[in-house]
Amino acid sequence: MIDFLQQPWPWYVAGPLIGLVVPLLLLIGSKQFGVSSNLRHTCAACMPGRVEFFQYDWKQNGLWNLTFIGGTVIGGFLAGWYLNNPDPIDLSQQTVSQLQTLGISDFSGMMPEGLFGWENLPTTEGIVVMVVGGFLVGFGARYAGGCTSGHAISGLANLQIASLLAVIGFFIGGLIITHFVYPFLL
Amino acid sequence: MKDYLKYLTAGIFFGFVLVKSEVISWFRIQEMFRFDAFHMYGIIGLAVIVAMGSIQLIKKMNLEDSRGNKITVPPKDPSQVTRYLLGGTLFGFGWALTGACPGPLFTLAGAGYGVILVPIGSAILGTWVYGMLRPKLPH
Repeated sequence: MIDFLQQPWPWYVAGPLIGLVVPLLLLIGSKQFGVSSNLRHTCAACMPGRVEFFQYDWKQNGLWNLTFIGGTVIGGFLAGWYLNNPDPIDLSQQTVSQLQTLGISDFSGMMPEGLFGWENLPTTEGIVVMVVGGFLVGFGARYAGGCTSGHAISGLANLQIASLLAVIGFFIGGLIITHFVYPFLL
Repeated sequence: MKDYLKYLTAGIFFGFVLVKSEVISWFRIQEMFRFDAFHMYGIIGLAVIVAMGSIQLIKKMNLEDSRGNKITVPPKDPSQVTRYLLGGTLFGFGWALTGACPGPLFTLAGAGYGVILVPIGSAILGTWVYGMLRPKLPH
């Protein structure tokens, strides 16, 4: 059992389990699975200012979701710290060699240590991946009305054209960064 | 109160699977955008199929949630094409740069990657700036 909890899970085990979060939240309280709304609830709770977009009852609308996201932090601790898999991720050899060409040498954790680290924060690449990247995740998710969970999973599962358009956008953006920006940035 | 315990448990389950599936890995996201492995496509694809089947089942059986309300899944407005494509592309930039979408950002923090607090902070700022600019943006 401990072995299973410590090992990485194959896609055909993990995929269905992630999919089950959608009916789980519906059955608990008719809630829509979507993580990025929490960023809005945080703004509404902490710094609504005079922005109309943040003038709503965040407790009524979002406390359940903030609780859910608190759970994912605990889940991350249990699975990624307490029951951490000590081995490096079994990545495709092609990806590894392409990233090595870009100068990435550490493949031990969930992200390359040299790129994502406090000491890399004052550099151009550090600012772009961590600060600009995070900003675009927040800005883009709200502009698109949802992120991977809300559009790519809940939305596609509910056959929403809107979500299909958003997912096409996610991939346009991701492919541009990976194939046209990273070769110059890293 | 009991409901909040349920949402917390659902969140712990989700976070656990995000780590064990390696979805929170910047490397896995790179592999996906380079089309070098089926891993991420398999996960998202099966998650969508399972969620789709469950939603159909819930609708067909007219199921109620734990508070006794009939479950409905509201549609999203498909007429706002600009916001989905443009907003989606901007989100995609961020996803490939940080290697994490919002769920994994929080999960990584729990897994002990302290520096992820930087993108979490700027994601909150990005959300705030969107809220401020919202009336001026094309949707």
